[in-house]
Amino acid sequence: MSDTKKIETPHKKSFKSVGKPQPRHDARDKAFGYTKYADDLSILGMLYAKVLRSEYAAANILSIDTKKAEKLPGVRAVLTAKDVPNNETITRFGQTHSVGGFEGLYRVLADKKVRFKGEAIALVAAETIAIAEKAVKLIRANYDPLPGVFDPIEAMKPGAYQVGEGKSNVICNYKVRKGDVKKGFSLSDVIVENTYRVPFVDHAYIEPESGVAWTGEDGIINIQASTQVIEHFREIADVLGFPHNKVRVIGTMIGGGFGGKEDITVETYLALLAWKTKKPVKLTFTREESVLSHSKRHPYIMKYRTGATKDGKIMALEAELISDAGGYVYLSPWVLLYSTVGATGPYDIPHVKVDSCTVLTNNTFSSAFRGFGVPQVCFAYESQMDELARLLNLSPLEIRTRNYLRKGKALATGRVLDHYVALPETAEKALEALGKKRRPRSPAEKIGHGIASAMTSYGRMVFLHDTSRSYVGIEMDGSVTVRCGVQDLGGGQASSLAQIAAEELGVPMDDVRVYIADTALTPLAGTTTATRQLYMSGNATLMAAKEVKKRLLEKAAQMLDVVIDDLDLKDRKVLLRRKPGKTISLKNLVRACASDGIPLYKVAQFNAPFRELIDFKKGQGQVFPDFTFGTHAVEVAVDAETGKVQLLRLIACLDVGKAINPLSVEGQLEGGAIQGMGYALMEDVILKNGVTLTPSFSEYLIPTSLDVVDVECIMLESRDGVGPYGAKGVGEPSMVSIAPAIVNAVCDALGVRIFELPVTPEKIVKALKKA
Amino acid sequence: MKTYSIHIILNGESIKIDVAAQETLLETLRDKLGATEVKNGCGKGDCGSCAVLLDGVAVNSCLTLTLQADGKEITTIKGIGNDENPHPLQKSFIEKGAIQCGFCTAGMIVSAKALLDTNLRPSREQIRDAISGNLCRCTGYKKIIDAIQDVAFESKP
Repeated sequence: MSDTKKIETPHKKSFKSVGKPQPRHDARDKAFGYTKYADDLSILGMLYAKVLRSEYAAANILSIDTKKAEKLPGVRAVLTAKDVPNNETITRFGQTHSVGGFEGLYRVLADKKVRFKGEAIALVAAETIAIAEKAVKLIRANYDPLPGVFDPIEAMKPGAYQVGEGKSNVICNYKVRKGDVKKGFSLSDVIVENTYRVPFVDHAYIEPESGVAWTGEDGIINIQASTQVIEHFREIADVLGFPHNKVRVIGTMIGGGFGGKEDITVETYLALLAWKTKKPVKLTFTREESVLSHSKRHPYIMKYRTGATKDGKIMALEAELISDAGGYVYLSPWVLLYSTVGATGPYDIPHVKVDSCTVLTNNTFSSAFRGFGVPQVCFAYESQMDELARLLNLSPLEIRTRNYLRKGKALATGRVLDHYVALPETAEKALEALGKKRRPRSPAEKIGHGIASAMTSYGRMVFLHDTSRSYVGIEMDGSVTVRCGVQDLGGGQASSLAQIAAEELGVPMDDVRVYIADTALTPLAGTTTATRQLYMSGNATLMAAKEVKKRLLEKAAQMLDVVIDDLDLKDRKVLLRRKPGKTISLKNLVRACASDGIPLYKVAQFNAPFRELIDFKKGQGQVFPDFTFGTHAVEVAVDAETGKVQLLRLIACLDVGKAINPLSVEGQLEGGAIQGMGYALMEDVILKNGVTLTPSFSEYLIPTSLDVVDVECIMLESRDGVGPYGAKGVGEPSMVSIAPAIVNAVCDALGVRIFELPVTPEKIVKALKKA
Repeated sequence: MKTYSIHIILNGESIKIDVAAQETLLETLRDKLGATEVKNGCGKGDCGSCAVLLDGVAVNSCLTLTLQADGKEITTIKGIGNDENPHPLQKSFIEKGAIQCGFCTAGMIVSAKALLDTNLRPSREQIRDAISGNLCRCTGYKKIIDAIQDVAFESKP
């Protein structure tokens, strides 16, 4: 059902491996049950760790008595904050360029004040899990419970309970100013003003957080864990007071991450216990522990005011965004920046005013989650677009087409879009595929269509000065080795590098082996976050492979007495482009190079564009390297009596730049769409006074095979992205505009709008009663 | 702790083992027998990653007491096929791109195998139903259903 369409662009290149749907190299081991995930690892003599977590969301810790736990036979270590060399640290999420300003306090183990329920207080390592569990129960923590604050609006008020030790719960504010919104609204014929709310959401990866650690030769702490960021080794070393080169993190295949394994989970606890006990240690969270202790998608309250002329030209947009950061800062300032810059959506608006802030509460902390603050604002601005269309009697496509940004136009932050902007095509093709509405099957059934568009960045913020490195080498038999510090989340991050190396060196993908995710042995490639690995490590691998190719061809040109341009590498051979008969096998060419001492490897570093920090007072400057544009179109059936929403069609149309492996790209578009569907219709982490009421998959419902439709993918290829061969990133863009498309379809079906996610049957029935 | 001596057949291999009354089959398989291909995603029967075949019936091993498996045949993903002799479902999952992070894959293929063993030509809806107890957070299920359906179509009626 998928469909790849080329947009007419001047880029013409034929490909051997890239662009062909290929089974991924990691899929085989996974299909046979051979892949070792973190919890599958074991080491002889290994201890098992457990974490004691706070019973309160807000409290002072008066004392912690660990004596009974320590005396329990089989217990090897009980650690509290006082045992951690540098317990207070700051969140830097694997970045190497310091930008200052927003680095939030983070405590390895809670000390004095507890900020959320489930915060770690003590660690135990014991000979069995059962002993470790028993020991945790023997630790006596005395608390003085405090009132706490659980609502960001309350937390912002003067005199509010202080979550941390500071003077205000507000972590930071941003502004974007363009033109004059007062003037913009005075030029508008219609103005829509609404408040939107979105809930906490859990990543719900199927693999809970897990890892093992051991002390190796020379006292090096080795940690092998399920993480999106092996480069946390620096922060872990800082906590231990170790030099950075004495902490090594090795990544395992990750059983899903989606941003939830971007912040440190088990790694520091494991490092501390392995260091203290001098024994290997394993720690795996239970599902409930995972839900209580890892980050959530930020809830937002979003006030939007949008004005347009009667021809549907948007003149002004004013937005006020408040996000709930929960108990600790983590990545909240950056998530908020994404929301703030993204608040105007993919539209060209002359007058803009955006104010945003993120606030500490005593809820579970919020941090990175696929889309990083953009799905929240997309729900708001795309709902506003349909409200304007309804008032102006325009179709959802017309109002969008009249306002889409185009190449050469600037965002409200002044950033000029310098690459192809495929917004109109994505919307037209998505709607064309959606076709006509089907007929209702019963009198209560209402059918609705909805669309939503988005622009989503890929690559990290340009003032972080992001870099990635990759090694490409060719062995004596002509097989190819790639070494890259990339973490593989299951999106084909490693496999795409094999495909790029195969393309350049003219070998089948099976001839390429990719070694990944070891801070000691693979060139550092940065985080697997921000939809950046194909862009960053793909480019680094391409650079390295091209250099090795150049060296091979130089030698071949000499051997064949021709110029390099006449040569190509294909099917494990060097070929003369015009004279097919004459060849040298890659193996013989490699041997000839080796005899001459020609280095047949290259470590290349790719640097993203480096820019300075933007002006936060006016919100002017460049934040992102590039964007992926796309539109989702859906058809829903809503039962007007019960409020039940059934998804009938879901079409994802994105400009992917160039699909390196179309099978993997489709996988992202399909999986992202269904995560977006969960966000729209089902998912809600319910907290009451800081207590999570949905701690497992029995209460926190995610889409099952019975809830979903078959996502239909339309991939456009402008070949104008900044990734290898013009590729763009799709991991996060694939989920951003689903929720508003579904909500717009529900509104189209019923004539009433829901302003709060998830759109449950209860909310629909209530809204219908009010209407 | 009182233990009971039982006999099971794991992927064709006959095994005698002592287990406690409250021990789950998941614990026995992963912790005692090293069958780490059986995954633990939730420990309470919500996610299906620990699914195995018990005398041909797909069960969540986290909700099954090992004592209940006494005298029975247990098949994990490794017993369904291997790289030298892959099951058509395994080939199809690889070729159709039905595997992303892979954490749900073992349980998913176990459920699919249980379906195809009793229903050679299931409809798409029957496939959806058969894997509804297996959560996948990466794929959106389409390629998984495609992969299962493809095997069903390939098989002779």
